[in-house]
Amino acid sequence: MSSDRDEETPRRQAMRAQIDENLKRVYAAALNEELPDRFRDLLAQLKAAEGGAGKGDAS
Amino acid sequence: MSRAAVPVEAVQDDPRDRLAGAIPRLRAFAISLTRDVTKADDLVQETILKAWSNIDKFDPATNLDAWLFTILRNAFYSALRKTRREVQDSDGAFAATLSERPAHDGRLAFGDFQRAFDQLSPEHREVLILVGASGFSCEEAAEMMGVAVGTVKSRANRARRRLADLLHLAEGEDMFSGTDGATQAVVLRGATAAC
Repeated sequence: MSSDRDEETPRRQAMRAQIDENLKRVYAAALNEELPDRFRDLLAQLKAAEGGAGKGDAS
Repeated sequence: MSRAAVPVEAVQDDPRDRLAGAIPRLRAFAISLTRDVTKADDLVQETILKAWSNIDKFDPATNLDAWLFTILRNAFYSALRKTRREVQDSDGAFAATLSERPAHDGRLAFGDFQRAFDQLSPEHREVLILVGASGFSCEEAAEMMGVAVGTVKSRANRARRRLADLLHLAEGEDMFSGTDGATQAVVLRGATAAC
């Protein structure tokens, strides 16, 4: 395993694991924030503008 | 019928069609960085606009999330640089520690953890979310952050240690039943490992 550098103690690993587990919860909580419509609308607008505006050969 | 004008391959491969799917993760990253949903949404909006108009700079062989996250964090930091002259280094500014101690069973209370996380500098929150929560490798995070891999690792270490400080873990406060303060100090010092 990759545990050569300063003894990777089980306790240290356990602490890291706990911190990372909580970080994942922070991120998951952010992911669960309700998504506003504005982004979907924005993408739709961008797409519409592109379709309507001067479209020669897209590249 | 403007649709007919679009070449077929371009339609199939257009990475812009994948933007919508990436928005929830992009926004979660923005919220993690700013800790403020309103600011996060403005950043996401700015990022979508930039991504849309610069999509030709995106290499479809690479990770779209990483590309979008990079745009977002660059926008975030350039805005932050403007305000930072007044608000100096938030890292040390809010040195207040938390009143609650870790629960007796040694598990961190999530509320405590969130408050500690909120007090980290954006740079520390960023590195921890990238490597600790959203599943990017050290190398990917280094590229996104525009720093060396070693910097990512040491920054992640400092951020974890700062979290531990805020959570009283460095004062010999025990995260795991049966750990003594000396062991804890060693634990905190060496939290290197991968990313």
